[in-house]
Amino acid sequence: MTPQLLSAYTATTCLGHGLEAMLAALRAGRSGLRPCAFETVRLDTWIGEVAAVDAQKLPKTLAAYDCRNNRLAALALEADGFGERVRAAAARYGKRRIGVFLGTSTAGILQTELAYRRRDPASGALPDDFNYRTTHNAFSLAEFTRAYFALEGPAFSVSTACSSSAKVFAAAARLLACGVIDAAVVGGVDSLCLTTLYGFASLELTSSRPCRPYDATRDGISVAEGAAFALLERAPARAPAGAVLLLGSGESSDAYHMSAPHPEGLGARLAMESALRSAGLATADIDYINLHGTATPANDTAEGKAVAALFGSRVACSSTKGATGHTLGAAGAVEAVICALALTHDLLPGSPGTATPDPALPLAYLLHSRDGHIRRALSNSFGFGGSNCSLILGVAT
Amino acid sequence: MNAMPLSAWIDGVGFLAPGLPDWPSARAVLRGEQAIGTAPSVLQAPTILPPAERRRASRVIKLALTIGLEAAAHAAADVATLATVFAASGADGHNCHALCEQLASDDRQISPTRFHNSVHNAAAGYWGIATQSRAPCQVLCAYDASFGAGLLDALGQVVVDRQPTLLIAYDSEYPEPLHSKRPLPDVAGIALLLTPERSARSLAHITIHLDESAPATLADPVLETLRATIPALRGLPLLDLLARGESGCVSLDYLPPLQLKVDLQAC
Repeated sequence: MTPQLLSAYTATTCLGHGLEAMLAALRAGRSGLRPCAFETVRLDTWIGEVAAVDAQKLPKTLAAYDCRNNRLAALALEADGFGERVRAAAARYGKRRIGVFLGTSTAGILQTELAYRRRDPASGALPDDFNYRTTHNAFSLAEFTRAYFALEGPAFSVSTACSSSAKVFAAAARLLACGVIDAAVVGGVDSLCLTTLYGFASLELTSSRPCRPYDATRDGISVAEGAAFALLERAPARAPAGAVLLLGSGESSDAYHMSAPHPEGLGARLAMESALRSAGLATADIDYINLHGTATPANDTAEGKAVAALFGSRVACSSTKGATGHTLGAAGAVEAVICALALTHDLLPGSPGTATPDPALPLAYLLHSRDGHIRRALSNSFGFGGSNCSLILGVAT
Repeated sequence: MNAMPLSAWIDGVGFLAPGLPDWPSARAVLRGEQAIGTAPSVLQAPTILPPAERRRASRVIKLALTIGLEAAAHAAADVATLATVFAASGADGHNCHALCEQLASDDRQISPTRFHNSVHNAAAGYWGIATQSRAPCQVLCAYDASFGAGLLDALGQVVVDRQPTLLIAYDSEYPEPLHSKRPLPDVAGIALLLTPERSARSLAHITIHLDESAPATLADPVLETLRATIPALRGLPLLDLLARGESGCVSLDYLPPLQLKVDLQAC
């Protein structure tokens, strides 16, 4: 693909608000996971909850969009001066020339879950104040963000479960390449809700401890919320040193099972190979892999086998979900931002919670964060329904 | 700047709507050869699904698979090789209602099948299992603008990645009480197989521009109601040209202020 510039980026997770908090936590090997005390949920599990989401106010004109997911979006959009960079791009290119492509798995479904507790006892009707379009619908996230910046370009939400916000980078890059747009706000937001907490518990995929990706004794995920955004623009012929670039993307399908990965990681391997082809790179060109690494026994085995088959045990790799939890539809964007931080701060992120890497998976797995110069990073994101996406990011020298 | 025009050949069409069970019947109605029926949409579980998935296949999954397979068969394309774009304004409404009802009750132990069927990409996942396609699979939503969003992304894949891409735009109704908040009348959808190269099967060539032209409407009031009430059928004016075998320009309702101007050259 034609390289695209990440001219601005930001992330807000249980590690904190903005890049500085994320970088400090990653360096220190700190986890943001806590025992679950969300809403009325009674489950023996740990979660990654973002502080101060409930206190976030939306602009008055956008009050109809008020829900946990859009509050988290608004909170994250103004970190690291990201909002200012989008407004400057809109002034430079024109508001019709900026696309908004965001990933989410559940958008504001919490709003519907709560509304179902307030149904009219006689008619069963939902309360008048419940607004399906602006909270529950998957597009509510992209529509809110587009309205937040008064943009008028093309927009959609991608909703492929846990690969959603990786795939938006690929979609935006295609429309940038065609010249349909000059810049795109990409990223992902997913927020805590009962559907995912009870849903992953029903599949026995949640751990009763903080998740331990790639550990020999891993036993499940820690559900989390998070938001991450990037501003993508066509890269100049000579990108300035330190600029972060999207170099390639690869998408594939498992064609295997709705909620279990292909046992040999076949779809995962196809996505990584396709990303390398798209970037015109060989496996030897990759210095760090941010694994999907959810910490379920099946996911890490399938992904680990695919990575080992393709890269051997040479490339340093880790899952950062022990720090952030699994932010589901936001994970692709959160981890793309983690790769951007790794590339620009000479950081190889470790894996909080993991003590003994699974001996069945022969990888150069990073238990602890350390300094190390990396030029190109690959990030994996895989989701229910067998949806896979790998991104390759690089730093200009 | 418009470095690469958003264009493709249409090699196959799939269709399903109330009173219009497939593309040949929709084509006949659009050509004025036949009156539209009043029956609700009729769904069948595609036989290519393995038995376990066939049992679990909901209305929205049957719909998406049926129209996708129809378009691929129309184009004589191998479904195992096609990239796909699923565009839907919502997920499985009945499943969503059942989950929300249970989560509001004293027993929150939801079924694992209900949970994995709740993802927006459930139909896409079943498609992959049914067709054994490991090609890229996009699933997106833009509320009432979902058809246009799907067409944009599919054309992006055709133009940039040079790969035949099957667009499957579909919608399904919600039961009450969500139906009152989102009153979609029935299941319906349009599938288009879009390819970068002309083939013996090509029906037309389309090029798309984003502009502010007023969206086209349909003269037939029943068809116009379908177009206006089911987001996936916002593509009907394009099918109208295709059915008549006419070249021309139509504007499809997308995302205000932007509409999709389609320039169609019949083969």
